[in-house]
Amino acid sequence: MAMKLHEYQAKQVFADAGVPTPASELASDVDGAVAAAEEIGYPVAIKAQVQVGGRGKAGGIKLVDDEDEAREAADEILGMDLKGYHVDRVLVEEAVDFSDELYVGITMDRGEGKPVAMVSTKGGVNIEEVAEEDPDAIAREHIDPAFGMHPYQARKAVYDAGVDQSVARDVSSVLTTLYQLWDDRDGSDAEINPLMVTSDDEVIAADAVMNIDEDALFRQPELAEMEEEAAGGDELEQKADEYDFDYVRLEGNTGIIGNGAGLVMTTLDLVDHYGGEPANFLDVGGGAKADRIANALDMVFSDDNVDSVVFNIFGGITRGDEVAKGINEALEQFDEIPKPVVVRLAGTNWEEGMEILNEDLVTVEQTLEDAVQRAVEYAEEVNE
Amino acid sequence: MSVLVDDDTRVVVQGITGGEGKFHAQQMMEYGTNVVAGAVPGKGGQEVEGVPVYDTVHEAVEEENADTSVIFVPPAFAGDAIFESLDSDLDLAVAITEGIPTQDMARVNKRLSETDTRLIGPNCPGLITPGEAKLGILPGNIFSEGNVGLVSRSGTLTYQVVDNLTNRGIGQTTAIGIGGDPIIGTDFVDALELFENDDDTDAIVMCGEIGGEDEEEAAAFIDEHVDTPVAGFIAGRTAPPGKRMGHAGAIVSGSGTGTAESKINALNDAGVPVGDTPEEVADHIEEFLG
Repeated sequence: MAMKLHEYQAKQVFADAGVPTPASELASDVDGAVAAAEEIGYPVAIKAQVQVGGRGKAGGIKLVDDEDEAREAADEILGMDLKGYHVDRVLVEEAVDFSDELYVGITMDRGEGKPVAMVSTKGGVNIEEVAEEDPDAIAREHIDPAFGMHPYQARKAVYDAGVDQSVARDVSSVLTTLYQLWDDRDGSDAEINPLMVTSDDEVIAADAVMNIDEDALFRQPELAEMEEEAAGGDELEQKADEYDFDYVRLEGNTGIIGNGAGLVMTTLDLVDHYGGEPANFLDVGGGAKADRIANALDMVFSDDNVDSVVFNIFGGITRGDEVAKGINEALEQFDEIPKPVVVRLAGTNWEEGMEILNEDLVTVEQTLEDAVQRAVEYAEEVNE
Repeated sequence: MSVLVDDDTRVVVQGITGGEGKFHAQQMMEYGTNVVAGAVPGKGGQEVEGVPVYDTVHEAVEEENADTSVIFVPPAFAGDAIFESLDSDLDLAVAITEGIPTQDMARVNKRLSETDTRLIGPNCPGLITPGEAKLGILPGNIFSEGNVGLVSRSGTLTYQVVDNLTNRGIGQTTAIGIGGDPIIGTDFVDALELFENDDDTDAIVMCGEIGGEDEEEAAAFIDEHVDTPVAGFIAGRTAPPGKRMGHAGAIVSGSGTGTAESKINALNDAGVPVGDTPEEVADHIEEFLG
């Protein structure tokens, strides 16, 4: 899982490492944005600072030529809802007069188990689309992670991509810096799209993407501090973060709780297979104790779309007795159980769990298949 | 017969003095695993459950002839622990640890190509040869001796499928959890090759999931090199693109790679039936075994 830096944070990181970036300033109100624009000098771009792709198309980026336009754009963008994310800050940035837009990026190629550096002259558009429609337009160079990027590899990627001789040296230098950053800062992706080429053959990073491997944040204290100041997004997904669950909200009405990613995914698939619709993915992880189990039920009950819940635990390091205790705890506080819960326990200490489990509060099934079918039936009954 | 682990395997547990390491070392020994040493820097000379602890894996190899390590070291130090076992000429290293930084694993991956040591994991439940030995955290009591080899990216899904098999009286030669991370040691192809060359394995279960292209590569390998019948299962058919489903590796990317459909089609094209439910996987295996 990756932690995504905001554009303004990534630009700061890139600029500190010597990558040329346009003059810019962060603002959180209209007056601040206008003041920043006056100081930088028109024209400027006003850019919503939220973690969603396609900001421009959604109206989150506006180019303005004078104070009136700046005021109007800032007023419009600040406070807007961009694909579910509330915009509370904008980056006011010098508009660059460019003649070309390039792409440079570093990511982990999981198939090869190695980092890969990528360069393309088709910048400024969605690079995944380029990769699909015209894969040869992206030059790739795999890097030995133990050695690092050889200088010739940066040059080779740049020449292979067909970058013009007049800026090849500068683009290689940006790519080299980008790899250094990716390596030093435990990046999962580092990207500049577009890397603009100006009419006097200078390169400048007009956007910046830096995603950090969450598993490595323990050794990146500076970046950990930048984490998601304005995370936004779905309320339930935020709650899942607090409880530290792997949780994904979906569209359906059968709630799902289980242990282990593969088994929870399988439970979702079975809900679909038996004609139901999964409401979520919720993995309590390994070795969950009673309070964690109770939190999981609280999560799923808080989702208004949920009409029934299937709770499927196959214990390895998770113990059936702890699970049963947690289910009892969560349900005994209600006068009336809000949504029917179907429980299936197997594996470590499942017999002890069955003894503890208050069967007046839940429906018990012996197999995964039966449990899922029962939960789907309950969800259907609610909607009859 | 079995693959990779049996009652002759001599195990050193890296991280044996920690909570998890100690608990599972004990569980492994109760199952019959030959745990001969522990390795924890600074704890040399101690004993855990009667097992001598050494400061280095190298000493554990010299003094106790350990040939396999099981790693329960916290994620910040686990990459280094894997390097230590690769550099100690072991046959096998099994990394249970979840949450190792990906760049650490990329460097480990590079070293793997230069040594003869095999790595299982990380972020995996380990492996078990029922009735002989287990390496890792799998609950031993659900497995039974038999002639089906099993390889899976997910721990609890492995238990589920094994349960479906065991309930029908179908036992296992060896079950291997290869782990859910983007960069792992032993992959499907490696495990399939081991089972194909094992005389006692008469059928194979392969449990994959969304993300990456390992299942597609496995399908191509089966088509070319595997005569033993294989039944498949793919988790994540209902996963939406762009959302990570628990495992770091389990994500359908925006451009549509790594989907369940692509994996199921590839396996079907290689003659591998893919069950819609774990129960259907057991049906296929029962058919294969007649």
